[in-house]
Amino acid sequence: MAFLLRRLLGVVPTLFGVVVAAFVLTRLLPGDPAVFFANSVTADAATIEAVRQKLGLDLPLWQQFLIYTGQLLRGDLGNSIGSGQPVAVDLLRLLPASAELTLVAFALAVLVAVPLGIAAALRPGSIIDHACRLLSTAGVSLPTFVTGLLLIYIFYYQLGTAPEPIGRIDPFAIPPPAVTGFLLIDTLLAGDSEGFVAAARQIVLPAVTMALFALAPLARMTRASMLGVLGSEFIRTARANGLRRRKIIFSYALRNALLPIVTTLGMVFSNMLGANVLVERVFAWPGVGSYALDSLIALDYAPVQGFMLLMATIFVLVNLVIDLAYAVIDPRTGLFQHA
Amino acid sequence: MREKLSLLRYVLAGNPVTLLALVMLAVLLGCAVLGPSLVPYDPIATNTSVALQAPSAAHWFGTDQLGRDVFSRVVVAARLDLSIAFAAVLLSMAIGSVLGAAMGYFRGWLDTAASRATDVLMAFPLFVLAMAMVAALGNSVSSVVYATAVINLPFYIRLARAETSIRRDMGYIEAARVGGSGHARILRVFLLPNILPSLVVQASVNLGWAVLNTAGLSFIGLGVRAPTPEWGIMVAEGAQFIVSGRWWIAAFPGAALMLAVFCFNLLGDGLRDIVDPRSRT
Amino acid sequence: MSDALLSVRDLSVEFRTRSGIVPALRGVSFEVAPGEMLGIVGESGSGKSVTAYSVLGLLEASARVTGGQAIFGGRDVLRLGQAALNELRGAEMSIVFQNPRTALNPIRPVGAQIADVIARHDPAPPAVIRERVLEALRQMRIAEPERRASAYPFELSGGMCQRIGIAMALACAPRLLIADEPTTGLDVTTQAAVMDLFRDAVRARGVGSILITHDLALASQYCDRIVVMQTGKVVEDAPVSEIFARPRHPYTQRLLRSTPSSVDRIEDLVPEEEPVAPAPPRAPTSGPPVLEVRGLRKSYALSRPGLFWWRRNTERLQAVGGVGLAIQPGEAVGLVGESGCGKSTLSRMICRLIQPDEGEVLLDGEPIHRIAPGRFARMPQRRQIQMVFQDPTESLNPRFSVFDAIADPVKQLMPREGTALLRQRVERAAAQVGLPLALLPRYPHQLSGGQKARVGIARAMAVEPRLLVLDEPTSALDVSVQAVVLKLLTRLRRQEGVAQLFVSHDLNVVRLLCDRILVMHKGQVVESGPAEQVFNNPAHDYTRSLLAAIPRLPMPQEAGTL
Repeated sequence: MAFLLRRLLGVVPTLFGVVVAAFVLTRLLPGDPAVFFANSVTADAATIEAVRQKLGLDLPLWQQFLIYTGQLLRGDLGNSIGSGQPVAVDLLRLLPASAELTLVAFALAVLVAVPLGIAAALRPGSIIDHACRLLSTAGVSLPTFVTGLLLIYIFYYQLGTAPEPIGRIDPFAIPPPAVTGFLLIDTLLAGDSEGFVAAARQIVLPAVTMALFALAPLARMTRASMLGVLGSEFIRTARANGLRRRKIIFSYALRNALLPIVTTLGMVFSNMLGANVLVERVFAWPGVGSYALDSLIALDYAPVQGFMLLMATIFVLVNLVIDLAYAVIDPRTGLFQHA
Repeated sequence: MREKLSLLRYVLAGNPVTLLALVMLAVLLGCAVLGPSLVPYDPIATNTSVALQAPSAAHWFGTDQLGRDVFSRVVVAARLDLSIAFAAVLLSMAIGSVLGAAMGYFRGWLDTAASRATDVLMAFPLFVLAMAMVAALGNSVSSVVYATAVINLPFYIRLARAETSIRRDMGYIEAARVGGSGHARILRVFLLPNILPSLVVQASVNLGWAVLNTAGLSFIGLGVRAPTPEWGIMVAEGAQFIVSGRWWIAAFPGAALMLAVFCFNLLGDGLRDIVDPRSRT
Repeated sequence: MSDALLSVRDLSVEFRTRSGIVPALRGVSFEVAPGEMLGIVGESGSGKSVTAYSVLGLLEASARVTGGQAIFGGRDVLRLGQAALNELRGAEMSIVFQNPRTALNPIRPVGAQIADVIARHDPAPPAVIRERVLEALRQMRIAEPERRASAYPFELSGGMCQRIGIAMALACAPRLLIADEPTTGLDVTTQAAVMDLFRDAVRARGVGSILITHDLALASQYCDRIVVMQTGKVVEDAPVSEIFARPRHPYTQRLLRSTPSSVDRIEDLVPEEEPVAPAPPRAPTSGPPVLEVRGLRKSYALSRPGLFWWRRNTERLQAVGGVGLAIQPGEAVGLVGESGCGKSTLSRMICRLIQPDEGEVLLDGEPIHRIAPGRFARMPQRRQIQMVFQDPTESLNPRFSVFDAIADPVKQLMPREGTALLRQRVERAAAQVGLPLALLPRYPHQLSGGQKARVGIARAMAVEPRLLVLDEPTSALDVSVQAVVLKLLTRLRRQEGVAQLFVSHDLNVVRLLCDRILVMHKGQVVESGPAEQVFNNPAHDYTRSLLAAIPRLPMPQEAGTL
């Protein structure tokens, strides 16, 4: 328990650093926020000054920072000029779309990469090994936006098997009642199998695009880690004791090999959060990434700041989960102390 | 020296892929250096009368919506993309390796503070961080260089720190101290040269990421701006024509981008084999 | 033919490497009788481990058996398929590895690992298996077997891990047990305890066993018969009593004469090599000691990660707790102790590599303990105290040639001498340690272990220090190389008059080299005195237990009666 508490408290300084970084970045952003909040570039000086005071922009930076932190603690991320809504509301509304895409892609990547990496490590130099090597080198070399366009060209334009890349759902279809916000789940909950298939068809291409990108480091790490463990001394001991191959691979090698793989999962997830921006743009996916990008281009910075904070928070939480998973696998971390 | 050459020959013979990567690198560098004087058309001259033409003998890679020759633009863009990548990687490698080595050697408060800062930096998805930094620093090529350098920094810091930590208690470092070398000289003469090979491997892989990152930023309209020929911008411009089947505008710059990144990654693998044959994967 | 348990005939193995095919074993033949304990002794590269791995089918992928047989239970195990081998391994024949900690799965309780082996070969209900695991642990005299069974390797000491390793190897009552350097890396007292357990266990069960070791003395104490290997060949195969009384092969003779416990004077160690100058008459020690330390203390925080970035250092580990000693010019002092006794920390404080918490360090009567280690590195006194490090490979910068390695301290500590003198000094230092000048342009990876050790000594001697601190300088070397290096060190002391502080775990070595011995235990000096006295009439219990644990060769006259 002490471990858990320590780990939970350990994220506080990181989160604090994230808030400072986000604050500093937005203060550096060009343009005067007061002008934007005055909601008109032509507003006269007096109006702008009034807004400036109202927003506290005339205060010293540290006071602004305290106010800003206070707002954050209350969940106030400011307002978006573009949508006229509080940023927090916008982000919550759009997050399920991004989360659904990321999670589907993540699951896809893990399901392909981990078995592939294991198979490659078990037979080094075999065809599967070469395939794994090729895939992992090619995978990191593919820019997501190029892969996405390529897939659209092949499956939408040439073959016509994929729907038009314009978001999560046909604009004329009626969305299911939002329960989880995940269309794949909501359509099933509503018993709408047609809707489910339509949503699934929409998500396939963007998810594959993102999965291709995430696959490479995962497969590579799985292979390297598994190879390393298979060459280690305790595997030799297990072999010297005549343990069966299956036992050696699964309960001896794989469990040990999982440790670095789990760490890589966190990194891959973070990279996927970043890649979201590009993939959502290519597929006109209405998620937080598109929202942040549109705001950035419209010089509307509150959403950008909110987006960054959201991403960093998700990442810190994901890492927390990963640390816990690590502790469950590895007794040396001391989470589950015993005699 | 001769031994190193023979090792190189051995590695290349056992790994023709690295040889291929070297050839690709030579082609890319050739494009970057000589490109502008070799290409058949002016890469930014518009000519709407030949807009959106499919690849042909006159226009090998076709033309874009403004009638510019895609081949000329793809070749010329190599210089900008590679320059940004090299500048950014050199910058972050120089700062990151010295900082990381100092952290690993001295430990203490410097290590604690810098590790924390690195953690914070790594908490942001790196591409998102680069996006925000380019927006904050202004839309220019130098902003892209700085942003790319910053997001690569944690990798060098961590690598240099780890590699130094392994070596700081080795006999030859203690021997250097007994032999009258101060901390600065130990770092400069004994540690940095020994960790350099792993840093170079990392740099090779990072060059690929840097190219990807630059192109990604310009794809979403940050950093390099049109009409400058740049692979990311060209893919962005071609994206809208994909759904109508005019694939060449986006496909050729996309392929160039892929080849460049692929080349750096293969090169990194090859270098790793030479530097540390045991970790061959 | 015979009733041998294992009969290896003409075994040949080769390795595929970057530089072509390298033979590892060339026609190795030997037999193990049931209940016999056979020692396979050899230096690194002799092929002793490869022999064991071939028999068990554990060779790595780059190795290939090119000929010969290994008959075990009527079958040639070299020609068995993996499936058949798997039936044998762990059940009929098993092995105990070096590095007990890494030989166990780090994230599986040790009891479960033993249970895996039993369940594999003798399937039974879990409760029965559990009882057998506990029984196996009890037989290794492991206290509280229930609690130990659920422990992970990282929670156990090295000696305990090795007992687990032996328990696991014996769990299914094999007929042949191979132990591959089972106690290398363990402290001598632990080694003695583990080896006694090992011998008792195999004797009690009548298991035939092979002990693979580099330590002739260890093999002589525990084995019935010894096979000596050199570069992939068996050069001698004889009962223990015979091999020590009448070694036939020149290599065996050389190995015997290289073993420190076989002789009483350093001059008798490999007498044909590295002649040692006669000891100069001892000058009356009137002047101040070269080095004196008083009340040195050093403790380390057992830091646990704190909540934020500060650490809670509540517990501290006392590494050195108030030690004083003095070394006269030209004197050799031995500092002996097991791992963790604080001898390394003490020697590094003396060398001014780490700052003591308390205490004084006086060099020629001058206090130097107030100068921070970082600053001391650039002071003129720096060259007076030099150090030779444990691992010859790790102590050389891979990017420096031999010349650079020796020249570097000279350049730093005697900067005004010019290049001609520098070259002279380097060549003189190389000549002193018997390093051919042709090796000066080479890099460490092109040198043998013994050559690297010589470079390390030359580097320290090049600046003409008054005190040489030697931190286990021979523990990573083969015994024949060690003998030569020990003689070299003695010659340097007698010719150059450099005082030496010799830090070691090996009392036998220290006895030959040093005038005085200090025994350290838990951060304290528990005994000190003239070498002969400490060795022959130890006063402290700890010294006695240390001496009792050290394996010794039987003296020729005893050997005859064995």
